[in-house]
Amino acid sequence: MNRILDHVAALGRSGLDVLQAIGRATIMLVMALFGRSNTHGSMGPLIVKQIYAVGVLSLIIITVSGVFIGMVLGLQGYNILVRYGSEQAVGQMVALSLVRELGPVVTALLFAGRAGSALTAEIGLMKATEQLSSLEMIGVDPLKRIIAPRFWAGFISMPLLACIFSMVGIFGGAMVGVDWLGIYEGSFWVNMQNSVDFRNDVIDGIIKSVMFGFVVTWIAVFQGYDAVPTSEGISRATTRTVVYASLAVLGLDFILTAVMFGDL
Amino acid sequence: MRMRTVEISVGAFLLAGLFALILLALRVSGLSVNPDNSTYRLYAEFDNVGSLTKRAKVAMGGVVIGRVVDIELDKKTYMARVVMDVDSKIDNIPVDSSAAILTAGLLGEKFIGISIGGSRDFYRDGETIDDTQSAVILEDLIGKFLLGSVGKDDDGGDSF
Repeated sequence: MNRILDHVAALGRSGLDVLQAIGRATIMLVMALFGRSNTHGSMGPLIVKQIYAVGVLSLIIITVSGVFIGMVLGLQGYNILVRYGSEQAVGQMVALSLVRELGPVVTALLFAGRAGSALTAEIGLMKATEQLSSLEMIGVDPLKRIIAPRFWAGFISMPLLACIFSMVGIFGGAMVGVDWLGIYEGSFWVNMQNSVDFRNDVIDGIIKSVMFGFVVTWIAVFQGYDAVPTSEGISRATTRTVVYASLAVLGLDFILTAVMFGDL
Repeated sequence: MRMRTVEISVGAFLLAGLFALILLALRVSGLSVNPDNSTYRLYAEFDNVGSLTKRAKVAMGGVVIGRVVDIELDKKTYMARVVMDVDSKIDNIPVDSSAAILTAGLLGEKFIGISIGGSRDFYRDGETIDDTQSAVILEDLIGKFLLGSVGKDDDGGDSF
C-alpha cells in the first residue's frame, strides 16, 4: 500500500515540478520584457549583437536546407503529378507546402538546434561561472541585460529566417521543375500565383513563425537561466532545449494549422 | 570596427528577410502593388456548380478576364448563383454569350468559360448571364456510362 502511495506521490511531485517550471519561466519572461529597467542606455546595440549571433549566423544552414527541401519537393511532386498529366501543379504544391508548413516548421526546428542550443549553453555557462550573479552584484539586472536582448533577437530573427527559407525553397523547386524537368515556366508561376493567397497563406505562415520564434527562444533562454550550474547541468539543459522546443513547435503547429486552415 | 561589421551584417540580414517577404508577396502570391482593377459585376445561375470555388478564374477564349467573387444558393429557384467580377476593360460581352463551368486539365481546378455570342448588345454591370451550362460531375457521368453499358450488355454486347 505504501509503495503505491509512493508512486502516486512521485507522480504528483513531477507534476508540481512542471507547474513550478512553467511558473518560473513566465515570471522570468515577464520580468525580462516588462520589468522596470535600471540599466542605462537603450537595448538596441545589445539586440543587434544578438540578432547577429542567432539570425545572421543561422543564415547558411537555413538557406542550404531551404534550397534542398525545395528541390526535393519539386522532384517528388513532379514524379507523382506527371502521371496525371498535371505537372504544372508542381509550382503550387511546392509554394503552398513551403509557405504554409515547411517554411515555419523546419526553420523553427533548425533554429532550435542551431541558435536555441547555443543560447542555452551560453546563458547556462554564464550562470555556472557566476557572471549572472556578479552582474547583480554591480547592480545590473541580468534579466534585462542578458535575457531580454536574446529573447527579442530570436523573436525578430525567426520570421525573417522563415521568409528566406520559403523563398529560397520555392526558387529551388523552380530550378528543379522548370530548368531540369522542363515544366513550362509560365504555368509553373501562374498556377502558383493563382493558388497562393497573400493574406491566407503568406501572412498565416508568418504568424506561425512568429509564434514558433516566441516559443523556441523562450524555452532556450529559460533552460539556460534555470540550468543547474554544473557542466552536467548545462549539457542536460541544452538537450532539453532542443527536445522541448522541437516538440513544442510540432504540437503548436498542429493547433495553429487546425485554427488557420482546418475551419475549426 | 568589429561592431561595425556586426551591424552591417545584421542590417543586410533584416533587408534580406524583408526582400524575401516582398518576393513571397509579389512573385508567389501574385499580390499586385498597384491594383488597377476596376471591375463590373455579372451574375450567372447554374443548376450545379460542382467544385467551383471563390477566386476561380473567369476566362474568355482562354484569357482570364475576371474572378468568381461569391457563390450562393438562390432560395427561390434552387439554382446556384455565381457572382463574378469582370475587368471593366472587357465591356463588350454580347448578351447572347453563354457561361460554362469547365475544368483545367484532368485534375485541374474549375473555372468559368464564357463563349461569345453574336449580339450587338452588351452585358452591363449587375446583369445575369442566362445561357449557362453546368459543371460536368464525374460521378454522374460514370453513373450514366454504367447504366448505358448495362443496357448494351442486355443486347448481348461484349463491350467490356
